[in-house]
Amino acid sequence: MLGKLTLEAIPYHNPIVMSAVVFMTLVTLAVVGAVTRYHKWRVLWREWLTSVDHKKIGVMYIVIAMIMLLRGFVDAAMMRAQQAMAAGADQGYLPPHHFDQIFSAHGTIMIVFMAMPFLTGLFNIVVPQQIGARDVAFPFLNSVSLWLTAAGAMLVLLSLAIGEFSTAGWSGYPPYSELTYSPSVGVDYWIWALQISGIGSTLTGINFLVTILKNRAPGMTLMRMPLFTWTALCTSVLMVLAFPALTVVTGMLALDRYLGMHFFTNGAGGNMMNYVNLFWIWGHPEVYIVILPAFGVFSEVVATFSSKRLFGYRSLVWATLAIALLSFTVWLHHFFTMGAGANVNAAFGIATMLIAIPTGVKLFDWLLTLYRGRIRFATPMLWTLGFIPSFAVGGVTGVMLAVPPVDFMMHNSEFLVAHFHNMLIPGALFGYLAGYMYWFPKAFGFRLNEKWGRRAFWSWLVGFQLAFLPLYALGLMGMPRRMEHYGNPEWQPYLVVAALGAVLIFVGIGFLVTQLVVSIRERRELADLTGDPWDGRTLEWATGSPPPVYNFAVLPHVRDIDAFLDMKRRGAAFVLPVQYSDVRLPRNTGAGFVIGGFAFVLGFALIWHIWWLAVAAALGAVTMLIIRSFVDDTEYVLPAAEVERRERERHDQLRRMGRRDSGGRGASELALQV
Amino acid sequence: MMSSSTLLGAELAAPALASAESRELRSLGFWIYLMSDAIVFSLLFATYATMSRNYAGGATGKELFDLSHTLGETALLLASSLTCGFALLATQRRRTTSAVSWLIVTLLFGLGFVGMEVTEFQGMIQQGAGPDCSGFLSAFFTLVGTHGMHVSLGMVWLLVMVVQLVAIGPTTMVQSRLQRWSAFWHFLDIVWIGIFSVVYLPGVL
Repeated sequence: MLGKLTLEAIPYHNPIVMSAVVFMTLVTLAVVGAVTRYHKWRVLWREWLTSVDHKKIGVMYIVIAMIMLLRGFVDAAMMRAQQAMAAGADQGYLPPHHFDQIFSAHGTIMIVFMAMPFLTGLFNIVVPQQIGARDVAFPFLNSVSLWLTAAGAMLVLLSLAIGEFSTAGWSGYPPYSELTYSPSVGVDYWIWALQISGIGSTLTGINFLVTILKNRAPGMTLMRMPLFTWTALCTSVLMVLAFPALTVVTGMLALDRYLGMHFFTNGAGGNMMNYVNLFWIWGHPEVYIVILPAFGVFSEVVATFSSKRLFGYRSLVWATLAIALLSFTVWLHHFFTMGAGANVNAAFGIATMLIAIPTGVKLFDWLLTLYRGRIRFATPMLWTLGFIPSFAVGGVTGVMLAVPPVDFMMHNSEFLVAHFHNMLIPGALFGYLAGYMYWFPKAFGFRLNEKWGRRAFWSWLVGFQLAFLPLYALGLMGMPRRMEHYGNPEWQPYLVVAALGAVLIFVGIGFLVTQLVVSIRERRELADLTGDPWDGRTLEWATGSPPPVYNFAVLPHVRDIDAFLDMKRRGAAFVLPVQYSDVRLPRNTGAGFVIGGFAFVLGFALIWHIWWLAVAAALGAVTMLIIRSFVDDTEYVLPAAEVERRERERHDQLRRMGRRDSGGRGASELALQV
Repeated sequence: MMSSSTLLGAELAAPALASAESRELRSLGFWIYLMSDAIVFSLLFATYATMSRNYAGGATGKELFDLSHTLGETALLLASSLTCGFALLATQRRRTTSAVSWLIVTLLFGLGFVGMEVTEFQGMIQQGAGPDCSGFLSAFFTLVGTHGMHVSLGMVWLLVMVVQLVAIGPTTMVQSRLQRWSAFWHFLDIVWIGIFSVVYLPGVL
């Protein structure tokens, strides 16, 4: 009846895990209690869980990302503590089996359940506004994607309390991840969490590809799209083309584990090298899926806070496209040592080094945007400035690893760990945090407190260098990655420094939380009444903060790369439309949430071999989809009068703020400029 | 006010998701989905290609495949694509009865195809050549089975379309859904041609 699930699955005997479980349960109860106490269930359901508004979906994605960032960081801190202690006679505090689960969970969570929801959230909040659209192409599909991602994240969190997580690393290499060597449910949690959220990501890619290709405002040609939108476009292409490989490879591993097939087994004609190929055909483009959007954020931020047009817009666009294309030609550098032969390795090594060229072009474009700019050191800019030199170091060590003979020495060492964290923390996470601080006022109508933001930035920057620079040295000294215990006492001082770095990053996370709390308290003082708190250049700043549900009462006409700056110069910003028309908007629906719920149950049932439940959940999801297909009336109309009322309200507010508002004054300024 | 707005080039918004525009979006989105599905199949093909000789001492394609059986499957699937086209032509002429009839014929061909495939699989498993016997058979069952799963889901979709044609009628939304379904159905034909030429033909030769 319950498959493999028994009460034994709850790890009572493990005090560390149980305290985490108790903590998670308490937080959940506190949230449930608060929602009940303030009678917010109805609001939560009507305004959020069933919402198909891209802005709200974006916020929910980022909430998931933040929760998973905390979880992933706790994993990291535990590993740093263990490695700082466990030298020689000292065994540390974590048994090997637990340590292995932690590094597997850390990688899986940070890439798939922190980075992916974070960047998807930023796409959702920003892209439709940047291209002058009212929503994404498929709002309902967007909601389905969100809840599939949430279902996957929930499965990973649940693995802590019921059963265990994979010990096979975030890349789950067979034959270790096969049933013979990993008989527990850990790998199954990993498989189904990736399968479910991976389908969500594929759908997100399709959605944003169509949105960007088809829903741009009049006049916004491809070469007038803001850089963030360009990176969103390239990322979406990568998602559509790369995620199927993850679906296939985890599917095959599941077939091996569930039906006794022999894709990657040791014997019976299995070929585990095929797994490694298929995994990295997804895995390498995935690196660019998480990094390109951050490059987009940096491009927006550097132009805005240098008060200068982005230097080399065209070269940045072409560099982005080149990186997207090349990302499919380098997957083999993740396993140079597998024995593909010198010529194959050389070809992939050269392709890998080639990626440094467009990336270098980008770095110079950003530097030259700064050059002679009127630089404002606001927090989004700080993350950008911290990123540039840190990322350059990561890039250089990447080129080193791209040389196959060097890679033979360094692979699987702490040097590699230092390298990819050097790419992903400054290259991706700093970008997301810059985007978070940059677009927060747009999403919520008030800015984040700058003082706490600066403290968070400096803690993160210094903490990151402390935590990862020593790992380069350790790698050169020969320390392999993923060691739960080591005999060489010479490594310990470096690992203690790395642990101190983790402490500093923890302080940085504490400051981020403080910043949010303080900013919510000070929301009146920090209010963004104009919708344009940073003197922005792109269209998302033309709307109010937070924007009305329809974003734009009248679709803007784009004439320049910096469309909003151009409008401001022409006096076309903050002007009331002459005429209003009805706006059609997608109606909220609970179908996406229900499908996500069924997907979660399906995953859980498959993990624990509860077949009847799996069949029921799959039928439930399909039935929900069929029912939904019978609903043709998925939109409602916001009458022109209501749009006019809201626009006038905003306009009155702007007039009180002293922004130029009346047509007369706008026109006279325009005349002066002409 | 008036003049400035005209100068500003502001343009009145068309109703956000007019239905023609929305159909075009859905059609593009569905084609992109088909491309990502094509990648799923191409990776399954590539895997089969690398494992097609990993018999592990078990049965080979030459012993297991029966080209005349495969020919029957191919005929059924290709015929179903033809009737699928007739169904679409009928809906465009708003002849619901004729469309529904052609769809049901398509469904019967599809059922015949899946039935033959299941028979083939059953026969192999009874001969002791199931998917858990060798790398070759794992790759074979997964590639061909994934195609068969797609055809089965396509038939569920087909049934939904029959119900919608009867219950809602050939509205533009139903027609656009039918068009996407037919793209899906034809796509599976193309994949099957690939399976025939990559799996069965070389297996027997």
